[in-house]
Amino acid sequence: MSRQTNKLADSKKVNNELFTLTYGALVAQMLKDHENCEEVNKQLERMGYSIGQRLIEDFLARTNCARCADLRDTADKIQSAFKMYLTMSPSITNWSTSGDEFSLVFDSNPLTEFVELPDSYSTMLKYCSIIPGIIRGALEMVQMEVMCWFVQDTLRGDPSTELRIRMVKKMEDAIPVGEN
Amino acid sequence: MVVYNIYIFDNHGTFLFYSEYKRVKKAEMSHSEEGKLMYGLLYSLKSMCQKLSSNDSSAFNCYRTNKYKLNYMETPSGLWFALNTDVNANGVKELLQSLYQQVYVEFVVKNPECERGKPIESALFKHEVDEFIRRSPQFR
Repeated sequence: MSRQTNKLADSKKVNNELFTLTYGALVAQMLKDHENCEEVNKQLERMGYSIGQRLIEDFLARTNCARCADLRDTADKIQSAFKMYLTMSPSITNWSTSGDEFSLVFDSNPLTEFVELPDSYSTMLKYCSIIPGIIRGALEMVQMEVMCWFVQDTLRGDPSTELRIRMVKKMEDAIPVGEN
Repeated sequence: MVVYNIYIFDNHGTFLFYSEYKRVKKAEMSHSEEGKLMYGLLYSLKSMCQKLSSNDSSAFNCYRTNKYKLNYMETPSGLWFALNTDVNANGVKELLQSLYQQVYVEFVVKNPECERGKPIESALFKHEVDEFIRRSPQFR
């Protein structure tokens, strides 16, 4: 790893397009490698999960926030994370009556600029699978197990992109196994 | 402020990191043994504070003996930082917060070689922590 001369944690501004195209290259490469959309979706989700596990630390260090009080609090924090990392502000809607599910609706998505799905992929490939993975990985680190999936996607011709998040359970700190 | 030593654990009890600066009294046990005891101590103190607290903000911050003070900070992601200093040290909470922000995140989280839940082997990280502690305003 190269030594950083600048000790301050600065949030470097990256060109959106470069990021978009890099992600596009990644997905294209994976489609070559796997040929099977299901597998690509799964791998993207897995990559996202690993990213999320690290990204959460950066997010916590920058925002200095405490553990989530409830799911509404979580939703607000996820929204602010999207602002911070993808410069987009999804709206939080469609709360379930029990309050354990909500949707994030995106009007624009930097990942899918310049992207059109060929017909052969348009039904199977979940192009943005990395995002649910990131959310799942990040929330697991703060003791929340969630399910996360796309309900609607503009790439498939839906009017907007909608991400659904469901709380599964709160995890507890483990007591390490003692040695007698 | 005199800094004696620093411990970092994760919430599964893994002893991630240890570094010492001015430790006079050495423990008569192995390094990993000491880590386990330290983790157990923190765990017990935390749960005791939770049970005895009269309100919800049951955070354990530090304890003092007449010789030293143990400062504790926990991140929401379950990292535990414990820093032993002299009795009168203050501003340690902020110090630990910026250690997490400027050193842990930069040199562990952003280093793909460092896996989560494994002891931190990175020499660079150790060097940076030591530098950070020595540069801290009150360190002597």
